[in-house]
Amino acid sequence: MSAILLIEQVLNGLQFGVMLFLMAAGLTLIFGVMGLINLAHGSLYMVGAFAAAAAAAATGSFALALVAALSAAALAGVLIEVAVIRRLYDAPHLDQVLATFALILVFSEGTRWVFGSFPLYLDIPDALSGPVTLPGGIQYPLYRLALIGVGLVVAAGLWWLTQRTRLGMQIRAGKDDREMIAALGVDISKLYTLVFALGAALAGLAGALVGAIQSVQVGMGEPVLILAFVTIVIGGIGSIKGAFIGALLVGLTDTLGGIFLPLILTVAMAPEAAAQTGAALASMLIYILMGAVLVWKPTGLFGGARPA
Amino acid sequence: MIPERLVTIGAVAGLLAVALGAWALGEIFTITLATRAAILALAATGLNIALGYGGLVSLGHAAFFGLGGYAMGILAFHAQSYTPLELGSLTIEGTKSMPVIWLVAVCVSALAAWVIGLLSLRTGGVYFIMITLAFGQMFYYFAISWSAYGGEDGLPIYLRNSFPGVDTLVPVQFFGLCFAALVLALLLSARLRSAPLGLALNAARQSPARVAAVGISPTRVKLVAFVISGAITGLAGALYADLNRFVSPAMFSWQLSGELIVLVILGGVGRLAGPVIGACLFVTLEHWLGGLTDFWHVWLGAILLGVVLFARGGIVGLLTGKAGPHV
Repeated sequence: MSAILLIEQVLNGLQFGVMLFLMAAGLTLIFGVMGLINLAHGSLYMVGAFAAAAAAAATGSFALALVAALSAAALAGVLIEVAVIRRLYDAPHLDQVLATFALILVFSEGTRWVFGSFPLYLDIPDALSGPVTLPGGIQYPLYRLALIGVGLVVAAGLWWLTQRTRLGMQIRAGKDDREMIAALGVDISKLYTLVFALGAALAGLAGALVGAIQSVQVGMGEPVLILAFVTIVIGGIGSIKGAFIGALLVGLTDTLGGIFLPLILTVAMAPEAAAQTGAALASMLIYILMGAVLVWKPTGLFGGARPA
Repeated sequence: MIPERLVTIGAVAGLLAVALGAWALGEIFTITLATRAAILALAATGLNIALGYGGLVSLGHAAFFGLGGYAMGILAFHAQSYTPLELGSLTIEGTKSMPVIWLVAVCVSALAAWVIGLLSLRTGGVYFIMITLAFGQMFYYFAISWSAYGGEDGLPIYLRNSFPGVDTLVPVQFFGLCFAALVLALLLSARLRSAPLGLALNAARQSPARVAAVGISPTRVKLVAFVISGAITGLAGALYADLNRFVSPAMFSWQLSGELIVLVILGGVGRLAGPVIGACLFVTLEHWLGGLTDFWHVWLGAILLGVVLFARGGIVGLLTGKAGPHV
């Protein structure tokens, strides 16, 4: 097993992890501030990917596709926040699960209605296509490297937004005591819509960016949504730092486990059996990681003292 | 307003009447739909014990449904291919006998529910929802990547399994088996609701601190309920696999977990008849709307939003005039 393979897979894991972070950050922000579990977050990811694919097909520009993804997802976010989500903030979790599950059905089938069942394709822009040579002579796709960069920039931007701006101060205050900041004259309902739109835009961005390396299709959001849930359970619900660490852990575990677990098992087993057992075990690895974190710290690595 | 007991008896009798009516008229397809409704109602009755009585929002009950299905699939697969199942030094013969398969399905899903419950009950609320969802997904991916039993393609079983004294190949007789299982589960569920365990569970949902103060561990009560709940849903999975004579990873899919919750909510959370009415309504909608448009899930979603936002308490709530369960 060569060092080059290892570095490539670590980079793949990082790329997967930062994209997961874009999803998980929105989820954890929405849960932290509004106390809402949003199953429809994966639908916003899908909306972003479809908007990007449609815009790229119409204009041929990847930059415009990203703009379309961000605005379509944010718009869809505002729309469902005002029409549905707003009524659920004080509702029990069960109602939130149901209503957002209903939204998934509406979004998925609605998209199938408009775009059909066949996957769409979104091309990597010319400027970012092709491999790049890293120090040490490793060839790595430039686009994937760019994704890691985008993810890190967004993470830094979110940190700056929540820790260093007035809006971030209101968001953090909203987490701790919503009555108090309403009493201090902050329009809480507008703040909630804004936070929801921000989370939606991040999901849409992730959908568009990942859509260029996978196909854009109905139902693409839910597997990512569930991984994002695993991520924020590991990181601690409500914590953006937790979401970041959790996303990297999940991304690396999933990628490295899928490659190396079958290899490691060949030491103890026949190659064919090792490949099969390895693949089956690797698919369970992140859930085992989640279970282990829960045994150790039930509220996640950076979660509060009490489960929410 | 109608008393709940009447609603329950009416719902169960209605399902039986539809199947018997269809049998008298020779409408085989309607009998199959009624069987499907009975099995989904059984699965949802299981979920209702955790969700309705215990307030445990499990978004991973497909795990138990799928385990029941695969218990049937794997045993019947080894029986039809005449190969024993090798588990290390242990050799198990496959079987086509329903009682044995059911027993295995119930035990396996109860065991899985115990492990999942033990881990996810360490936390509560929204963590519980996400963790059960994640464990359900774990089984889904495991089933996909486990190629020995069909992997992504699933596992067809050529002949329906047998039950002593019943010709399971006759649709109405198979319906009878599923219906009997449903009635037994409903009786168990009704008994449980008024038993000490059910009362403690109901109290643990509303006020865990007070339950703990009188010396009962709320977590243990919830865990026992979760295990019973998973076992019943697992039995439903074995029956469902026999209805379709096919098991696939789709039985583990999170959409199925979501749909099971939908059944319970449509009917009425924590009501005995809730899962039965919900399942009948769901199968009817699926058949009727699915015949009208390929995109019937849009309308299901819209109906669901309407129920959550405006009709708390589901159909049983509307019929009995009480929004919440009055256990």
